[in-house]
Order: sequence, then C-alpha cells, then structure tokens
Amino acid sequence: MSAALSRPIPAPVDPRDRGGPAQPMLLVEDLRKHFPVRGGMLNRQVATVQAVDDVSFSVRKGETLGIVGESGCGKSTTARLLMRLVAPDAGTVTFDGDMVGAPGGITVNDMRRQMQMVFQDSYSSLNPRMTVAESIAYAPRMHGLAAQQAYDRAETLLGQVGLNPRTYARRYPHELSGGQRQRVNIARALALEPRMVILDEAVAALDKSVEAQVLNLLGDLKARFNLTYLFISHDLNVVEYISDRVLVMYLGRVVETGPVESIYSRPRHPYTRALFASKPTLDPDRRTTEMPLTGDPPNPINPPSGCRFRTRCAFAQAICAEKVPPLEEPLYGEGIGDSPHLVACHLPEAQAAMGVHHA
Amino acid sequence: MSEATFDLPNHRVAAADQPAAPTQGYWKSVGQRLIRDPVTMVVTFVLLGILFITIGAPLVTSGDPYSGGILTRLKPIGTPGHWLGTDETGRDLWTRICYGGRMSLLAAIVPVSIALVIGGFLGVVAGFVGGRLGNLIMRVMDVFYAFPSILLAIAICGILGNGLRNAILALSIVFIPPLVRVSETVTAQARQLDFVEAARASGTTTMQIIRYHVLANVLGPILVYATSLISVSIIISAGLSFLGLGVTPPQPEWGLMLNSLRQAIYVQPYVAALPGLMIFLTSMCFNLMSDGFRSAMDVRLNK
Repeated sequence: MSAALSRPIPAPVDPRDRGGPAQPMLLVEDLRKHFPVRGGMLNRQVATVQAVDDVSFSVRKGETLGIVGESGCGKSTTARLLMRLVAPDAGTVTFDGDMVGAPGGITVNDMRRQMQMVFQDSYSSLNPRMTVAESIAYAPRMHGLAAQQAYDRAETLLGQVGLNPRTYARRYPHELSGGQRQRVNIARALALEPRMVILDEAVAALDKSVEAQVLNLLGDLKARFNLTYLFISHDLNVVEYISDRVLVMYLGRVVETGPVESIYSRPRHPYTRALFASKPTLDPDRRTTEMPLTGDPPNPINPPSGCRFRTRCAFAQAICAEKVPPLEEPLYGEGIGDSPHLVACHLPEAQAAMGVHHA
Repeated sequence: MSEATFDLPNHRVAAADQPAAPTQGYWKSVGQRLIRDPVTMVVTFVLLGILFITIGAPLVTSGDPYSGGILTRLKPIGTPGHWLGTDETGRDLWTRICYGGRMSLLAAIVPVSIALVIGGFLGVVAGFVGGRLGNLIMRVMDVFYAFPSILLAIAICGILGNGLRNAILALSIVFIPPLVRVSETVTAQARQLDFVEAARASGTTTMQIIRYHVLANVLGPILVYATSLISVSIIISAGLSFLGLGVTPPQPEWGLMLNSLRQAIYVQPYVAALPGLMIFLTSMCFNLMSDGFRSAMDVRLNK
C-alpha cells in the first residue's frame, strides 16, 4: 500500500474540540469594517464605505452556514475579516470559545491553522511558479513539517479531492482545468487539517456540471474530516443545496437568518423575498409574480439611515428611516426550536406578506 | 496502486487516468523556449562573440592599443596589418575596438547590476509594504525622474569628477529609479493576487511569503527590464566618454573613440563609424535578448 493512505481517520471527537458540540465553532459579534475613501487635497478621508456594519452571527460545529446577498453586500469582506486578511474596525470573533487576537484568547495564527479559506478565482489563488503539490505542501512545510512528509501529505490530499497524484502532482496551475484547480485549492485549504473552511464563492466560476461535482466533493470531505463550512455565494440554489442555515446580507448588514427550510419556505424580510423572486422558476405554471427589485443597491458610501433596504422597499414607513431594525424573532409566527429564524424588519405587514407568490 | 488513492468513488470523473505527462520545471521550459527562438539564439551568439573579442583581446589581436605612429594615421579599412584601419594617431582600430569593449561593457553591465540589487530591493519593499514607507521611496525616486537620465548622469559625473569609477557610480544612480518603479509595480500587482492572500491565510510569515511567492513571480519581469537597461547603459556610458566625462584618453573606449575619430569623419568615414557600429550592435543585441526573455518567460503564451 502506498504511504499516501497513512493519514489517520479522524476520531469521532476531535481532540482540539474544547467546548463540546454545543459551543459554537465561530461566534461573531458586531463585526465592523469601514473602508476610508481618500481623495481631494492632501489625501484626506472624504468618506467611508460601510462594507460590513455590525454583523453578528454564529456557526455551529459541523454545520454549513450559507451567506447570500447581491454583489457588494459585504459577503467577501466578512470572509476576509474572519481570516484577518483585513483588520476589523470593531467587533469580536470567538473561535471555539477563544477570542481571536485578544489576551487570553488564541492568536490569529493559531486561528488560521484551524480555519482555512478557498477563494473564488481558482487560477489567481495558485502560485503559477509552483507545482500543484508544492502549493499544497507549502503551508505544512512553513509550519515545520519536513519537506518529504509535506509532499506525501500533498499527494494524499490530491487523492482525497479526486485528482490522481501521479498525474497531477507535478503539474503547474495553467495545465489544469478550472474544476481541477479548484480541487487543488480545496486540498490546499485542507493541508493544515483545519476544523473550519470558509468557501468564498468557491464554485461560482465553474461550469454547472463541474460545480455539482465540486459541491459533492465538499459534502464528502465535510463528513470525512468533520468540517464546519461557511459557504459564501450569490447562487441561491447552491446555497439551498449545501447549507444548514442561511444568512442574508444587504449593504453590509444581516437582514435575515435562520434554518434553510424556514428561510426558503417562509422568507420574512422583504429583501429576502425579492431576492428569491429574482430566481427564475423553471415551471411555467408557477410563474413568479412578486415584483422583482428595481434599481441598484444604494451606494454603501452613504447608506440610507435606519433600515438600509427602505429605499427599495414597497412597505417602507417613517419608522424605517428613523431606527435601525434589530435582528429579532419574527413579529408573528414560529421560531423553529433552538435554531431561531431572525429578521431585521420593523413592520409586521412587511414580514407577513406572502412568500414568493406563484400564480 | 494508483486505484488505492481514490477513496471517493464519486469523483473519478475528474481523475480520468491520463498518462503521467512529465512536466518540467519552470526555468527548464523557459530555457527550451529560448533555444527554439532563432532571434534570441543569433543575438546571444553575437554577444558571446563580442564578449570573447573583448575579454580575450590578447588572443585575437597581437597589437598594442596604445602604440601608433605618425606614418600609419587614418589608414582605410583593409590596409595590410590593420584590417580595420587605424585611428587619428595611427593606432590599430581592431586592437582598440577589442580592448575598448572591455571598458564599454564594464561601464554598461556593472551599473545595471548595482542598480538591480539596490533598486530591486527598494522596489520590492515599496511594493510589498506599501503605505508610508512605500510612498516615501517612490516619491524620492520621482525626484530623480524629474531629470532626463543623460542629464542626470552628466550632472553626477560633473560633481564627482571624470573617470570610469565615477561614470559607473553615476550610471548606477541613474538606473535605480526606473528599476525601483518597475519592481514596485510588479510587486504591488503580485501582492494583490489571491495566492499571496492564501499564503497569508495559512499563517506564514511575511519573509516566507516574499521569498516563495513574491520573488519567484517578480524576478522574471525585473530581470527582463534590467537586460533592456543594459543597452541604454551602453549608450549613456559611451555618451559620457564622448563628452570626456567617463574614461580618459588614451584608454580605449568605444564612446571615446567615436569622439576622437569624429574629426576624421570626412577623411575616413567608414573607420570613424566603426566604434559607433559596435555600440549600436551591442546595444541592439541586449535589447533583442531582453525581448526574447520576455516572451520565453510568459507561461501562458505557449507550451
């Protein structure tokens, strides 16, 4: 047998799991990032882009949390903030009970060993001068694994993501197809044996058939290595397929969150409903009749006061401009058990409006 | 054996067993493309030839570059004993071209190498770190950019005094700003690529990222640019000597020879043009060679 199979099968209980299954893997509180816009004389700060504004959520162990929203709503910035590729302005990130970067917590580097990320662009996220195996072996080597062991681990991982190491280990990224490269990126993210993986539009650039293969692969790897996913996408179908819970973002804020069935069957926020209405139905007898959204999202440099969606919302009233709606349980109806459905909207009638109408 | 590594049966589609194509290393494939490029090969041989006649000058000529005579002044090309003719003091031109090339090439390659090390370092730092430090470096370089390079070289030489060493120093200073600018640009571009972000996300140190991810992707374009600067350097250093700021007579140097043969241009135009021809040939060869490097290093261009 090849040495490539020597990777230990993960024990049912990960020794790194400190808080037990009830403790969230990731707890994000009031995360905020405002990018300064500089210009004019002397490069003064003339405005701020409120890319991510007071975002809070949690990711449970072993689940997949999907984040959806239009382009520019802050999904990717959130991912970068979590990996600390961008420093947050405010807010805390707690990884399995340890606050990241805080005294008494874990360092950013320790967090990064347990949380990895797959980027959208499969080509630019691989170093063109490194072979596939070198790219995968890079992080373990830099963390002190001997070169040969790191290379062996890279070959094992290639096999585990469905690429024959004999054929592909010594290839360069430009010699692979998009789907193959994304598999390499997944293998690279798994090389440090993380407990959580952030997938930032990881399948968005792939063909539909390849996308399906990669999604299945992600599902298998999750079960196999006990992973927790944060899955960022603009594709509502993909998010529905892969997620356990969903977070809907609009202009840097969370507008709705809850279990995937609950959100997809009874969306409460007018924005979520509009988002679903934009999804074309394939059944001519069930045409979407809900008004799709018109216009572009407002400029995040000067977002609307109060509820940020009010400028495009059919239900908007005076209160929407005055107060920021808190993320709370819906004003009517049920929350499902321990996984509450939360919505940021003041108006019961807006929340109560029918789900996606079908004539 | 290879079957054993496929533990996920659903995903064999992507792993269709292709014959394991041996993929060579990056630099090996660059070398192969260079060899297949006829222009680069010809130019390389011409440069090697020039290098041979200058470094090995005593092997290709038995003459003395300093000895002339009043009777042998300004002989035309093809004179027995002086097949390239003689200059205005009767010295054998072939001998002087061979020995003169030493100075010319030295004054061309050394400043670019010095500027490559200093400018490349500053540029990579400015590009990778960015922020205030990067801004400071780039703005200082902009000050140098305000002067045309030949004027700057003349000014520095004028301050330092003439002589080969000062000419090399002046040229090094002249070539630092363009190299800083090019390395800053390519580094800043490379820094934004996702694989650098991915390396940061994997928790490796800045030095490791620069070494493994930035330098490997940045060195190629910087070297190509430096090669093209050599041709400029030959021309400027010849220009400095021509103006009497570089090598001092009676030392042979192509720019200086061009200057002193200038007065003989109506008497022996072909002989007078020879040093200029050598400057042109060498400079063009370096230029074409850098073009060849550039296309050979482009990974995506061809296989």
